[in-house]
Amino acid sequence: MSSPAATAHPGVRRSAWALALVGALALLAVLSVAFGARVVSPGEVWGGLAGSTDGFGEAAVAKRVPRTALALLAGAALAVSGVVMQGVTRNPLADPGILGVNMGAALAVVVGIAHFGLVSATSFVWVAIAGAAVAALVVYAIASLGPGGFHAGAATPLKLALSGAAVSAALASFISAVVLGRNDIASGVRSWQIGGVGGADFASMAAVAPFLAGGLAISLLAAKALNSLALGDELAAGLGERVGLARGLASLGAIVLAGAVTALTGPIGFVGLVVPHVVRLLIGSDHRWLLPLSALAGAVLLTAADIVGRVVARPAEIDVGIVTALVGAPFFIYIVRRQKVREL
Amino acid sequence: MSTTSSRTRPVAVVAALGAAVVALYLLNLMVGRTFYPLDDVVAVALGADVDGAGFTVGRLRLPRASLGLVAGAAFGLAGVCFQTLLRNPLASPDVIGISAGASTAAVLGIVFFGLSGASVAGLAVAAALVVAAAIYALSSRGGATGTRLILIGIGVAAMLESLTTYVLSKAGAWDLQEAMRWLTGSLNGVGWEQVVPVAVALGILGPLLLAQAGPLSMLALGEDTAAGLGVAVGRTRLLLVLAAVGLVAFATAAAGPIAFVAFLSGPIAGGLVGHGRSLLLPAALVGAVLVLGADFAGQNAFATRYPVGIVTGVVGAPYLVYLIMRSNRTGAM
Repeated sequence: MSSPAATAHPGVRRSAWALALVGALALLAVLSVAFGARVVSPGEVWGGLAGSTDGFGEAAVAKRVPRTALALLAGAALAVSGVVMQGVTRNPLADPGILGVNMGAALAVVVGIAHFGLVSATSFVWVAIAGAAVAALVVYAIASLGPGGFHAGAATPLKLALSGAAVSAALASFISAVVLGRNDIASGVRSWQIGGVGGADFASMAAVAPFLAGGLAISLLAAKALNSLALGDELAAGLGERVGLARGLASLGAIVLAGAVTALTGPIGFVGLVVPHVVRLLIGSDHRWLLPLSALAGAVLLTAADIVGRVVARPAEIDVGIVTALVGAPFFIYIVRRQKVREL
Repeated sequence: MSTTSSRTRPVAVVAALGAAVVALYLLNLMVGRTFYPLDDVVAVALGADVDGAGFTVGRLRLPRASLGLVAGAAFGLAGVCFQTLLRNPLASPDVIGISAGASTAAVLGIVFFGLSGASVAGLAVAAALVVAAAIYALSSRGGATGTRLILIGIGVAAMLESLTTYVLSKAGAWDLQEAMRWLTGSLNGVGWEQVVPVAVALGILGPLLLAQAGPLSMLALGEDTAAGLGVAVGRTRLLLVLAAVGLVAFATAAAGPIAFVAFLSGPIAGGLVGHGRSLLLPAALVGAVLVLGADFAGQNAFATRYPVGIVTGVVGAPYLVYLIMRSNRTGAM
């Protein structure tokens, strides 16, 4: 990837990065289908894509195509969700994982599986979104609510990260408590809970797709409002933005995205944290560009992480949620180190 | 509060906590699927062979309750030591990733290298020290500040926990109860071989820490003040950190990172004893009370038996929430 000259016109620069990301994505999609426990030849890739499952290679391809599609979708959705959360809270550490949103969705789904007989992403996407919403509201409220009342500005990165960690820890305990009583569902829940794209199938993706599309549309439409919010609530109001409404709508988009993805993949952390920061470094903080390019970069990151997870421990696989945590946590530390103490 | 009562209060609190520890310990020995009366339990504990109670109490409940006692005390001591030293209630070893480091190392050693017993504890101690040093080094740029150290610790903990999850998922036979030990802490299936290293560590490092109570309370006033009062700041701090990390690591290698015990014990002890007193001994007792009480509840209060870490996790998180909300008023964060 060649870095566009820093002096180039911002529009040119952004378009160049967009093209570069699309190119990287296409390349990774091909690699993701070709690589894994078994490396398949181009002929077998073609055969598998054409629908044949006769050979081992072609069967592997047939399994890897939905997996790749899910990695692309989930990466894009988590990254956009992260951009919106960082924009709405004006907080550099906001991320669906750190804010406990994924854990909220996870607990809701686990309870749904254990007590209400839900079996597939089709049936638990609503539950996941509801759980995500509740967790997001609780975490944000804890971080900004004191005995003195609600202070939107009170949620410093430290408090947000801590209340996310506290709520996540409690939710994780509840998840374990639900699962421990039910040996019949334990193994299914466990593989889902780590966060991975290995079990992808097109039927559940199709069921969740409308939610992803809706969340994405809301988030993209909120781009201008997020730009205003970045200036501060008073300035945004002065610019004619209805601050509360804009915040609420944008948050809704982010929560729907995070909840729907979690229903499909289980909780995957750090994608929503890392991607927006990297993309901001590349193209600046205009949300009209930041949102779509983050979607591309998120898809690139998660697909790459999934390939890495499949290749490094062959023939075993490392779930993508673990790869993103191992890559993302050092990045989290990097952001913390870069921030001025006053802003933490 | 009058001077006399503030002078006698710590003594009364320590006595009450000690009584609570003894009572909970005996209760854990007596109550379970089968109830055994106090005199049977005491007889078994003293080495007599009592029909029926001999196996259940002597082989199952006694090591379990003993590990709960010593691990709880170790977590409590280490937690309050970190919190006092870093002058921040959030800076406990379980929040900033030191327990997670010990846990990850223990799991790695057991699953991938087939270690057991003392070598697991050794590996856990080494890893906890490395994690502590790494967090300190990462946060020290431009002056180590509590806030940055805590956030970096949260990041390190997240990374280590996902590593633990990965290693556990690679373990041959996935046993959820056993996995729980390394994720949230559990006393299930404990034998004396797990209890002894923790007890020895507590027996050596505990008195060592208690003897440093004076210098520690001066360090809590600030390093310059402590130096002015004649404390050898660098050496004392190193000694305290090494002892506290060792306690956490030994306890974690046996019982797993029992959620929030290190974090909760100090503030609870502070609330009971009052300000300006050494919290080391009260916090150790509070830690033991928490673990013994939570394990008792987890074993007996619900239809499913829950490992101790799940109970302390559910109980501890609201306290962290309370701390965050209170800080919104005081502006401490």
